[in-house]
Amino acid sequence: MNRQIRTLGIAGLVLFTVLFLQLNNLQVLSAKKLNDNPLNTRQAVKDFSQPRGAIQTADGVVVADSVDSGDQFQRLRRYPTGPLFAHITGYFSFTYGSEGVERTYNKELTGKTDTLKLNSIGDLLLEKKHTANVTLTLTQKLQQVATQALGPRKGAVVALDPRNGAVLAMADYPSFDPNPLAAHDQNAVRAAWTQLAADANKPLLPRAYRDRYFPGSTFKIVTASTGLNDGGVTTSQPSYPSLTQLPLPQSGGQVLKNFGGERCGGPLPEILAVSCNTAFAQMGLDLGAEKLSAGASAFGFNDIPPLDLPVVAKSLFPPASAFRFNQPALAKSAIGQQDVQASPLQMALAGAAIANKGVVMTPHVMGQVRDDEGQVIETFKPDQWKKPITPDVAKTMTDMMVGVVQHGTATRVALPNVQVAAKTGTAQTGNNTSHTWMVAFAPSDNPTIVVAVIVENQPNVSEATGGVVAAPIAQAVLQSALGTP
Amino acid sequence: MTAILGARRRNAELGLMILAAVLTVGAYVLASLGHTSSLPANVGPFLAIIIGLLVIAHLATRRLAPNADGTLLPLAALLNGLGYVFIARLDHKLAGLQAMWTALGIVAFVGTLFVVRRIRDLERYRYTFALIGIGLLLMPLLPVIGRNINGSRLWVRFGGISFEPGEFAKVTLCIFLASYLVERRELLAIGTRRIGRAVVPDFKYFGPILLAWGLAMLVLVAERDIGSSMLFFALFLSMLWVATGRGAYLVIGGGLFAVGSLAAVKAFAHVHERISVWINPWHVANGNGYQTIQALFALSAGGIFGTGLALGSPQRIPEVATDFIFAAIGEELGLLGTVAIVIAFVLIVGTGLRIAMRADAPFEKLLATGLTTIIGLQAFIIIGGVTRVVPLTGITLPFVSYGGSSLLANYVLLALLLRVSDSDSTRRSTAVAEAVAA
Repeated sequence: MNRQIRTLGIAGLVLFTVLFLQLNNLQVLSAKKLNDNPLNTRQAVKDFSQPRGAIQTADGVVVADSVDSGDQFQRLRRYPTGPLFAHITGYFSFTYGSEGVERTYNKELTGKTDTLKLNSIGDLLLEKKHTANVTLTLTQKLQQVATQALGPRKGAVVALDPRNGAVLAMADYPSFDPNPLAAHDQNAVRAAWTQLAADANKPLLPRAYRDRYFPGSTFKIVTASTGLNDGGVTTSQPSYPSLTQLPLPQSGGQVLKNFGGERCGGPLPEILAVSCNTAFAQMGLDLGAEKLSAGASAFGFNDIPPLDLPVVAKSLFPPASAFRFNQPALAKSAIGQQDVQASPLQMALAGAAIANKGVVMTPHVMGQVRDDEGQVIETFKPDQWKKPITPDVAKTMTDMMVGVVQHGTATRVALPNVQVAAKTGTAQTGNNTSHTWMVAFAPSDNPTIVVAVIVENQPNVSEATGGVVAAPIAQAVLQSALGTP
Repeated sequence: MTAILGARRRNAELGLMILAAVLTVGAYVLASLGHTSSLPANVGPFLAIIIGLLVIAHLATRRLAPNADGTLLPLAALLNGLGYVFIARLDHKLAGLQAMWTALGIVAFVGTLFVVRRIRDLERYRYTFALIGIGLLLMPLLPVIGRNINGSRLWVRFGGISFEPGEFAKVTLCIFLASYLVERRELLAIGTRRIGRAVVPDFKYFGPILLAWGLAMLVLVAERDIGSSMLFFALFLSMLWVATGRGAYLVIGGGLFAVGSLAAVKAFAHVHERISVWINPWHVANGNGYQTIQALFALSAGGIFGTGLALGSPQRIPEVATDFIFAAIGEELGLLGTVAIVIAFVLIVGTGLRIAMRADAPFEKLLATGLTTIIGLQAFIIIGGVTRVVPLTGITLPFVSYGGSSLLANYVLLALLLRVSDSDSTRRSTAVAEAVAA
């Protein structure tokens, strides 16, 4: 029998050798192919199911956190405030990836930053889960006020602290509820996503920082500042002729009209107060393409604002060369039409330059990162982004924008005990409606908040529209932020 | 002489047992660190229980089978320990039960060594074993006590305890086959018929093959258990062949098996499904192929070194603690871990067959061969199933998988192998001593 037993042993050895070879194949040779197989969600699930810190507002309201789910993903991401902070927190979805703070601060939330890693080596033997919580600079209170003031009208509100760039509120309409996108039933997630993506009102689009509009007359802040900074324009000189329409050069008889055929003109404070199109168009032509384009770029146009959220829109002002044979376009661009496009964030930053003595600070939504014991491990360091104008020009602009509130187009943004500076805007869209704008800051002598408001496609095209539709929204935000009655 | 050989083997066994214990406890601690970054609270008691169990098993061999081979028990202890660590890491509830089953397994091991003092005594009860074996095998088909679990009718439930009688049937049937074939092997080996140029045994001697084949088919059809069916029939054929040396049996048996399998694939959806998943799991990746594919992903995720204990996600594989525990080991311990397991089984098979070859009595030879074949074949069928070398069939990986019946049966099997080894070594040493004395 021994012969057979020996043969049996050899047969067994052959079989186990086959196993050995197949294991080498699966675990080494083909491992990469298997790991990269599209059906293989292992790594994705692992990443998706790791512990994740919470996101909360500066006033302590939790806007994103995780709870145990008991399924393969282990924890479920929740957004207790629903649509209110959806465009700030973004979402954390297995199928659709992440957005907003969930994306930009993923490392912090999952405890993958260097500081957190260093801590965890020391805590290797202690039972600790190293995630961090992100505290926003936004407050739930102001976000709520901005959202309610905007109401169910398409548009956006951006409020920030001009002194350090901290975003205080950033609301837009329509928004969406991130909860269904973070759910674990991927069929339900897909259904929710499909519905949101197909919505013509684009609820997934964070209008405040990712959409662009004609800035209209709010762009006159940039034109006026550029003129003052250049020295070619002062508060008294030149005095622009009183016109109802401005003949445009190189246009073969084309004219640029004031709203409603109004007649206006005079020195800078006067034309700013009534938002005189003919005068600002002339100012643009006088300054020339080079200076105006450089001035816009100095304010942050043609550059992506370094906001700590994903895919921030770049605001656009054409290069000087584009105007060489097209002076009418230069005239129209000087009043924020034609080829100028700005995000609501960019217009808030333009306001911030005036409010903060000519310096634009880096905008940010992250205040602090705290570890799971509440210790601050990272604080956002305020940083200068742009310095478009001198402090003197900023002071002059502020005084004139106070004038706009006191006796100009922005009277409706005035507050009883606080001096507000502002500029309205109405941008014609070409379909008989206008985007109505407001850029305002207060208190004018030492601004702590600047707010930019846009409400899309309002009927009744007139320069006063911005003052009527957008002003109450800006006013509500300023009022709440400054604590005035 | 006896005393010297025995002492050397027992000391080697003790050393290897300590190694197995160290590896198990080390793995347990690492799994806990990987899971919660903290030392397990119960590491003290755990260590004590592990060492206690191993010491009991070791003392039993020292006393009851002093000359037996010294490597089988440590190998089993290592597989059992590593399996336990993974079960504990995958499912806390099962871990408690597995610990109890391990303790009972050791008791069964000691009990078998204690009761079976001379292996040839078993021969006398061959038909009792045969009846018990067939009874156990068919028991799940009985009404009331039989249970369907996961589509297979392999389970029996008495009161609150369920067990898989097939696990024990394989041991008793092996004992029966060994003694039956040893008695008849002369007869079965005689070639009396000529088919073409081949001399084959008389057709009447194919009766047992047909009987065994029928039994295997019954298990396949009625209990829907492809793995056990395959295991029984392959066990029977290899024992028949080892006993007689007639290749014709292998050819005819293999043919019967092929016919039966083809018929089963055609006739039974569950068999057909297994085969088609084996051939191409990818087109049913989220259906029937899910388990197989997740196991492949787990193995590939492990790579050479593994993700580390408790740092992988093997819980994504359905039935990971029982049939698919090998994939969990592959993910977290990598190729190093899986190859270590394969080598452990190669060592067990090698040692078992060496015991068989050295054994003097034909019954002991054949029994040792059969018992070794059971362990080796079972390990191959399930590891091969998990790695898609052969179609997947739901059987346990001996000593590693969760499962009380399996663990108990395998410890009994181990005790019988050691008993064969012990009686052989004792005989040899005595013979040498006598020769020296003469």
